[in-house]
Amino acid sequence: MVEAQRPKRKSPYPLWFFLPAAIIYGVLFLVPTATSFWYSLTRWDLMTAEYIGLENFRQFFSEPFLVQGLINTLIYAVMTSGLKTIFGLLLAVLLTSNLIARGFLRTVVFFPVLVSTIGIGITFTVMMHPTRGIINVALEAIGIDGPGWLTDPALALFSVALVDLWKGVGLATLIFIAGLAAISPDYYEASRIDGATRMQQFRRITLPLVWPATVTVITLSLIGGLRSFDLIWAMTKGGPGFSSDVVASVIYKQYQAGFYGLSTAGNVILFGLIAVIMVPLTVMFNRREVEQ
Amino acid sequence: MTLRMKTRLTVATALTALLLSGTAFADTTLTFLVDNNADSVAAAEALATAYSEKHPDVTVEVEQRPGGGEGDNIVKTRLATGEMTDVFLYNSGSLLQALKPESSLLDVSDLPSQAKVAAGFKSVVSADGKVYGVPYGTTMAGGIFYNRKIYAELGLTPPKTWADFMANNEKIKAAGKVAVAQTYRDTWTSQLFVLADYYNLQAQVPNFAADYTANKAKYATTPAAVKGFERLQEVHDKGLLNEDFGAGTYDDGLRMVASGEAAHYPMLSFAIGALKQNYPDELADVGFFAQPGDDAANNGLTVWMPPAVYIPKTTSNAEEAKKFADFVGSVDGCKAIMAVNTVQGPPLIDGCDLPADVPAAISDMLPYFKDGKTAPALEFLSPIKGPALEQITVEVGSGMRPAAEAAALYDEDVRKQAKQLGIPNW
Repeated sequence: MVEAQRPKRKSPYPLWFFLPAAIIYGVLFLVPTATSFWYSLTRWDLMTAEYIGLENFRQFFSEPFLVQGLINTLIYAVMTSGLKTIFGLLLAVLLTSNLIARGFLRTVVFFPVLVSTIGIGITFTVMMHPTRGIINVALEAIGIDGPGWLTDPALALFSVALVDLWKGVGLATLIFIAGLAAISPDYYEASRIDGATRMQQFRRITLPLVWPATVTVITLSLIGGLRSFDLIWAMTKGGPGFSSDVVASVIYKQYQAGFYGLSTAGNVILFGLIAVIMVPLTVMFNRREVEQ
Repeated sequence: MTLRMKTRLTVATALTALLLSGTAFADTTLTFLVDNNADSVAAAEALATAYSEKHPDVTVEVEQRPGGGEGDNIVKTRLATGEMTDVFLYNSGSLLQALKPESSLLDVSDLPSQAKVAAGFKSVVSADGKVYGVPYGTTMAGGIFYNRKIYAELGLTPPKTWADFMANNEKIKAAGKVAVAQTYRDTWTSQLFVLADYYNLQAQVPNFAADYTANKAKYATTPAAVKGFERLQEVHDKGLLNEDFGAGTYDDGLRMVASGEAAHYPMLSFAIGALKQNYPDELADVGFFAQPGDDAANNGLTVWMPPAVYIPKTTSNAEEAKKFADFVGSVDGCKAIMAVNTVQGPPLIDGCDLPADVPAAISDMLPYFKDGKTAPALEFLSPIKGPALEQITVEVGSGMRPAAEAAALYDEDVRKQAKQLGIPNW
């Protein structure tokens, strides 16, 4: 290992200096994590916990809607993450150009990030009502028969993902704006002298040099998408039926039913799932960054 | 004895006297946790006031919590952590069993008021032969609310069989009205056609509850049990529902049946409280009948028991809490609740009679009780109720899953619940 061969540098701080942070981290993060691994192996009703081995994991994997929930989670995460990256970059390019009221427009794009997710969920649920919602009323006015955004099982998950995009794109845009600002204007000037078009500049200069920001946006929004729960719960509760269930909502429903051991097992599985997806992805992204 | 000593003694005596009198008239404060449903809160406040009038040294503080699954979690967490209030309101039947009453609640079998409480209620708040709660409100029923104006206009009569019900629905649909209101945004409302069919199920399979608990009878393999799912599917497939059934809420359903936008709304009778509060002018237009089965001669009602007031073992005011619970379960307590709440069915306490002017929907309900044509809902006969039923019934009621398949899926859900409860034979 490269690190091991490096000469050990003595820390400028005494050991006790780290103690408060270590205690807080231990009590609030390490201990609960360890106990949750234990409780995932028990039948737990908050008062008594009976060891039942891997029964909870077996039950969770035989959950009829878990597979659908897993697929939905992946669809939702990839879709929201991809759309946030694309739209975030396009909006950032637009909002770093010489635009009238640029500051105001940046605020408008960022604003939904600040609003409570539950509030957004409830508002959009009202707007997406199949007969009385403003979206379908507006569509009807121009002669289109709007779909049941949240009541059509084939559509519900995508409707929620679109709202998630609207809510989250502001943060992606902000990160991209910072990334774009870090690109030296010299590159653009030089390429202009060489006769590069705007399209060529975007593909050959902007895209490669904004890569660190892209990695941040993809990582953050993918993790956010994989563990997303609040917006889905506020808008569809995983329904109609089970059609927009994701892993997190399946877990929450076990918790609601009082199956505490089972839902803890579900969280351990979700933890594993996120790790399995994110660790290789992070390693891959970092390698690419180094190569550049 | 010097003067100074004397003074000291006097002061000390006076102080002691003050302290003693302080204890003698010390106010006891009892905390009382109820769900935030308007009816529950109104009744709790009325009980608190009535009790404090009788016992000026006791103050009852009402705390509120959300209802539904979130409320269940709050109750379980507070019980487990010893943070529960001195008395609290919670469901009877299968949900109570999940609290493990033997280890978490105080036995209230010997309260004087229990002598007048109906035996049918005691059985749903008991575990191992001990009674743990006193009733909070009247009996409820699950069935179908109907709009009496529409029935009068179209010359219809309340149906005694499912075939009659569907015939009525066709006539209502032909008249251009919504025959059955369904409101699947509030998923729990989708379960009624299945749950309220239990009278019909037990009429055909008297042993179902026991066999089902013992893992011998299944929904999918008992034709009479699949019926509830089939009926739910049928009202969807025949196009009898409101257009926005997938997005409708409980309150939409009540509005539709009260205002005559829809002719029927399957619901529990506790909705009478909300109807009275939100649609007082239309309350008289709303009637009620039991969910009909196949046999006109055996047309009966599925009955729900009200929630109960319990005392946690962790209370530091056990004696005062028992006295208060005794009051809640007494005739006076029952009358205090009735004075502010709408009654939802016949009372459970001997001597606490219904007022003379009950809403039409209640008087429609009383004959079933008089004729003995009632049966408790399955959740009061068995500790097992699958938690995913409401999602499954939304699927059936929206035409996403056929009834037979849904019944089999529900059996799986029931198996999970039974295993988590650690019930033998599963």
